[in-house]
Amino acid sequence: MSSSIFFDISAGAYIVAMIIYVAFLVVKNRTVGIIATTMTIFGFVMQSTALVMRWVTSFHFWASSNPESGYIESLLRAAPLRNLYESLIFFVWSLICIHLIIEFKYKNRSLGAFVTPIAALALLFIDVSGTAKEIQPLIPALQSNWLLFHVLLSFLGYAAFGVSFGAATAYIVTVTESKTEKTYIFWSIMIGIFLTILIAMGIDFLSLSVAERAELIRSHFLKATFRSESGGVVTASWIVSIAFTFAIWNFGIGLKKVLAGLSLTTEMLDDITYKSIAIGFPLFTIGGLIMGAIWANSAWGKYWTWDPKETWSLITWFVYALYLHARFVGGWRGKRVAILAIVGFIAVIFTYLGVNLVLSGLHAYGSG
Amino acid sequence: MGEKEKKDIFESTWKFFASVKLAIFLLIILATTSIVGTIVEQQAEPAKNLELLSKLFGDTAAPTVYNIFAKLGFMDMYGSWWFVGFLVLFSINLIICSIDRFPKTWRLINTPQRPLSENAIKSMPVRKEATFNAKLNTAKDEFLNTLKASKYHVLEATEDNSIQLYTQKGRYARLAVYVVHLSIVLIFIGALIGIRFGFKGYLNLPEGRSSDSAYLSPTEPIPLDFVIKCNWYDTKYYADSDTPREFQSEIVIIENGKEVMKKVIEVNDPLVYKGITFYQANYGMLSSTAAGQFILDITPNGGQQNTVRLPYGGSFEIPGTGIKGTIVDFSTALTRDRYTGELKTYSEMMVNPAIAINFEMPNGEKFTGWILKRYPDTGILPGGHKIKFVDNWGIEYTGLQVAKDPGIWFIYTASILMGLGLYICFFISHRKIWVNIANDKKSVRISIGGSTNRNRLTFEKEIDKLLSHAAKAIEGRAPQK
Repeated sequence: MSSSIFFDISAGAYIVAMIIYVAFLVVKNRTVGIIATTMTIFGFVMQSTALVMRWVTSFHFWASSNPESGYIESLLRAAPLRNLYESLIFFVWSLICIHLIIEFKYKNRSLGAFVTPIAALALLFIDVSGTAKEIQPLIPALQSNWLLFHVLLSFLGYAAFGVSFGAATAYIVTVTESKTEKTYIFWSIMIGIFLTILIAMGIDFLSLSVAERAELIRSHFLKATFRSESGGVVTASWIVSIAFTFAIWNFGIGLKKVLAGLSLTTEMLDDITYKSIAIGFPLFTIGGLIMGAIWANSAWGKYWTWDPKETWSLITWFVYALYLHARFVGGWRGKRVAILAIVGFIAVIFTYLGVNLVLSGLHAYGSG
Repeated sequence: MGEKEKKDIFESTWKFFASVKLAIFLLIILATTSIVGTIVEQQAEPAKNLELLSKLFGDTAAPTVYNIFAKLGFMDMYGSWWFVGFLVLFSINLIICSIDRFPKTWRLINTPQRPLSENAIKSMPVRKEATFNAKLNTAKDEFLNTLKASKYHVLEATEDNSIQLYTQKGRYARLAVYVVHLSIVLIFIGALIGIRFGFKGYLNLPEGRSSDSAYLSPTEPIPLDFVIKCNWYDTKYYADSDTPREFQSEIVIIENGKEVMKKVIEVNDPLVYKGITFYQANYGMLSSTAAGQFILDITPNGGQQNTVRLPYGGSFEIPGTGIKGTIVDFSTALTRDRYTGELKTYSEMMVNPAIAINFEMPNGEKFTGWILKRYPDTGILPGGHKIKFVDNWGIEYTGLQVAKDPGIWFIYTASILMGLGLYICFFISHRKIWVNIANDKKSVRISIGGSTNRNRLTFEKEIDKLLSHAAKAIEGRAPQK
């Protein structure tokens, strides 16, 4: 059986779980919460199975085309972290894994409504961006032991940053008081954009026929809305999304009330934000920046070339370094550091997707 | 200027460079300005960026904007005086603030821990209290054992009616942040050494040719004190696909006319000689292919294999058969057109090299056939004779990246230090624990107090565990009383 069925089941489970987590915030019923968690665990088990299956398939694929390669080497080269599709899948897996650990450790389900949408965003992106899903042969530049460790640690780091983003967002929603506050405007617009993209990709996904989905090369990203060929649809999309963001700004204060009834304390959210960054920062520094530099040096003789991917990783690193210094020695507290945690994850998204989609560089092959 | 004023100026300058505010300002500036260089293509042809700027600012404004950007150094931003200036400020800030804070940290590490009054323990950030029906010494022994089991080095203070155990762990973890700062400084030093004493060059070496220098640019050769030769270059493909599997070159180092080193290099596996590293970077076809040779392995049915090297148009004979062959055509990438069925060349790169050979049988019969390098079966003739197209040698060059970087050892050392430093910084904390055990009528009263510089929740759990372990042990010993 192919691993893709299990991936599809897990993707479905996560999206359903997201809806139930949001419902849980509203109804605050324990049973609903348990269903959401069960759904997430089910998705996680399915996805883990799929990952192992894909690894095994890749292993045979690699071993058959590289007969001179040893068992361990084949296992390392076959790790399912080799292109954009596999890395997005692994990102979602790590994000859910960290989320489940936090849910059990803090005995609190409410954060699910803030973390699962990030997973949904990544999963929908896979389906509408035209990312190749098949197992592809590994090009020479990627045939290195560094691949596994560099990608594994970077994405665990990204996932930890994703959780900190969810917690920091929940934090600023909880602490803002009035609609005219700058922080309130910031988060309502951010959530507005975030949900707009999520919904637009959902529309992309639903509008795709089976045949179009099979056509791998073309990106359908936002093609049904903002990037539509019809000018009317584009205008309508902008008007609807601006109205939608405005509505979030207008009614968002209610979200604060929804959160207020839960056992989510600001201390807990602040602690989760910090802890996730405390885990993500060393992983990202060591796995992303250092290992990436050492690998580049062993493959090209240059450990740092200021190419867009490297530079954006460094920008991300600066933002999180700023968070840590501002919080520990700069005396920054509360909203200001939470906003830094959010900006940090936006930089992560840009490092990860923006550079591949918008800019080019050595990592261009990662977009395949 | 008086002595005092001089001192004041020095002090305020020092304070400025040691300040967190400067650090925060520099981090923000570095993060935001770095973005520019990821949008404007660096060290590119002006036309490329002009095109980008026309899209952003319109055709008329683009040249003006370009000139302003160029003056600001945006076209080679990461080497511009102001960006380098911020990096220098950043490292000065890092060094001064570390020196400024270090003595305080050192005192924190080296101040001996002292026993505290029971009231002071009860007001520690993390605290626990309990009462046991046990003897003072029994309770002390069990807490001592529990703490020792967690690798704490415990000190004791005894008073009339009470004993205090106090201990600390991980105090040197407070130094980790300085290790991380040091590693960043080492990276800057390593980069400077690399720029001053190293070079990044390239060398395009045709198959069979040698060179005694690499190049920074076509007009700037860097002499090497040895000769490097390329025996051959080859691209390997995945079966039935045009996806490259490996780019390989066989490289030989010759010194004083003697071959001292030979290695097949590939991407991710370079050759290092005398501190200079040769990386497989790219490859290409020579503009003139006249000097090319075709290497064929000829094996008559049941006979010995022999290798021939032939020019374009060259002829050979399959030994003992009287069959003659002449190379009449060559294609870098042969394919059969999907619609017309005709043979054609679909790429100028050597993706699927093939030669056409005109055979003349002993009876005078003639026919022509294509032999493909990647598909050896195409070389089996009627009668079982085999002709293997091994290589078309001498028409490709290997593109080598040539680098010397004596600063790389600083980078490696810094990487290890940064990894260790970050790990210790975030996951090991300086924990102090005091356990006061006092007689209270017939029982003993326990007060535990503790403090940590990081990860307080984990530490609270550790204290809970300490108490419950010791409690279990004390209660286990109770019946013997």
